[in-house]
Amino acid sequence: MVDATEPPAVDVVPATPITLRRDATPGWEPDLPASLLLRRLLADRTAVIGLVILTVLVAAAVLAPWVAPHDPAAQDVLNKHAGPSGSHLLGTDQLGRDELSRLLWGARASLLTSMLLGTAVLVIGSAVGTLAGFVGGLVDAIAMRIVDVMLAFPNFLLVLVVVGSLGPGLFNLSVAFLLAGWVGYARVVRGLVLSARERPHVETARALGFRPARVVLRHVLPTVLGPVTVLWTVRSGQLLLALAALSFLGLGAQPPTAEWGSMLNSARDSLAVNPALMIYPGLLITVAALGFNLLGDGLRDILDPASR
Amino acid sequence: MNGPLLTVEDLAVGFPAAGGFVRAVNGVSLSLSAGERVGIAGESGAGKSVTALAIMGLLPVPPTVVTGAVRHRGKDLLTMRERDLRLVRGRSIAMIFQDPVTCLNPRLSVGRQVVEAIRAHEPVSRREARGQAIELLGRAGIPAPARRFDDYPHTFSGGMAQRVMIAIALSCGPEIVLADEPTTALDVTIEAQIVDLLVELCDEQQAAVMFITHDLALLARFADRILVMYGGRIMEQAPAPTIFRRTAHPYTRGLLSSVVRPDGAGGARLATIPGAPPSPLALPPGCPFHPRCVHAVERCRTEVPLLLDVSSAEHRCACHLAAELTPFDAAQPDPLGIRP
Repeated sequence: MVDATEPPAVDVVPATPITLRRDATPGWEPDLPASLLLRRLLADRTAVIGLVILTVLVAAAVLAPWVAPHDPAAQDVLNKHAGPSGSHLLGTDQLGRDELSRLLWGARASLLTSMLLGTAVLVIGSAVGTLAGFVGGLVDAIAMRIVDVMLAFPNFLLVLVVVGSLGPGLFNLSVAFLLAGWVGYARVVRGLVLSARERPHVETARALGFRPARVVLRHVLPTVLGPVTVLWTVRSGQLLLALAALSFLGLGAQPPTAEWGSMLNSARDSLAVNPALMIYPGLLITVAALGFNLLGDGLRDILDPASR
Repeated sequence: MNGPLLTVEDLAVGFPAAGGFVRAVNGVSLSLSAGERVGIAGESGAGKSVTALAIMGLLPVPPTVVTGAVRHRGKDLLTMRERDLRLVRGRSIAMIFQDPVTCLNPRLSVGRQVVEAIRAHEPVSRREARGQAIELLGRAGIPAPARRFDDYPHTFSGGMAQRVMIAIALSCGPEIVLADEPTTALDVTIEAQIVDLLVELCDEQQAAVMFITHDLALLARFADRILVMYGGRIMEQAPAPTIFRRTAHPYTRGLLSSVVRPDGAGGARLATIPGAPPSPLALPPGCPFHPRCVHAVERCRTEVPLLLDVSSAEHRCACHLAAELTPFDAAQPDPLGIRP
């Protein structure tokens, strides 16, 4: 049925430049100093649980060389598939390697890699996005067309192509994720910078004759930081899962490197004999991903009260 | 140096917006002498703020189109490179905006923001700048400035935040302060305090003030000279007493008769100007005020009136009927109670 009642032509109220200047980043409230935000974060149960999980896991990863009871690659074939004992708290794997040590070292390959990768992607993406958003014009147009092309290309395919041509391995896989991942940040950060640029305190900074670098670093970027932090936690969680998944498929970490995804893969053969070998890394991957998501949710609640 | 500090010649500003091309300023010429206090009055959308932003070179060009000239110390600010313009902004010409709380960076302490402004133009150490900042904040009327130095903007009220903004604007001893409706976002009760403070501090530093407001009565407090803008043009300009005593333009009269008088003089009902300001997307042909003007004749609808001398070169008015309508209609009530 055709709708007969067309809405009447409405006089468009002209947007004066004054109103253009007034709009703030929509939804993102807390323009509060970092100390206050931290206090709010610690009052948010979800965020604190996520933070605790990640802190424990990161501490384990960082301290692995000192706390791991055994060399994660040291084989003891005569003692394979051993149950928990005094010297092997979580038993041994199919090659007689200490499971606990491998899980601890695996945290480095899985968790630390994904966090570092998440950070690298953030830095590159934010740099491109900030430049595009702040400088505008031709720089913006070129950067965003590149982003468009990259986004039009299936991410997973890109990763497979890069790993396929460079060869499997944790480092090559990371390079592939880096190439594919910065794009998302660039787009988001550009949008945030565009709206932050119009905020009165940024205009005031320009009116005071500050250098562009100072305007960007001290006045634009801090207002962008909140949403970007949330994005970082979410993306790092996704990267952790993707790294583990591709390592499970044999594209990432190669034996004898301990990595949760590849440990899961090698445990497949002995599923019937020693199912614990699959449970431990699987559980850790799940818990770590949960930690990222909880922290991300908590951060979003704090920074964007409207989304609660 | 004699002669004007800043001259704006035939400034026009336009920019594309949803629904067409906005002509925000259409040929504004003005000048500002050292230490002078000039007030610009007009309704929303009259082009006051855009004029100030154009002087500062803060409009995004492109898409905004700015023509004319803004001369300061023999140089045209409109054609100046961004790098050189930065040395003028903050140091020679400072600007104060409307909503002080949003103009402060929410993530930096107030003191650091004053220090930042000082150090942007003066080669002083952090410690020296801190001392200067505390002194400035104190002069701007912040109680216990040393204690408030590390406080963040969200702990400041609007009035206190505007005092901070004034301190920041004056930190490098500018020759000119452009104040764009600095009291509009504040409580009426502290409006006068802030205006007095701004004028007093500018006087101390011998800085010229260009004060933009929609409140003509507020300008009576301190302005040497007043410009009335409408539809992106100057309608009338005159020394402050003249504009109140020998009002030439029908629009200025309309503004004056819509001022609330505490003693109730001027009739029980407050006079208003019928209609609304024209959309800068579609300015009427001829005089921009003619659709709302009770005196409008055929000529007003077709021909843009020029800004011509009324009684002297200091009093100028853009109205075809200026000669017939002056002197000021004696029957009209004296809206501000300042006429002799």
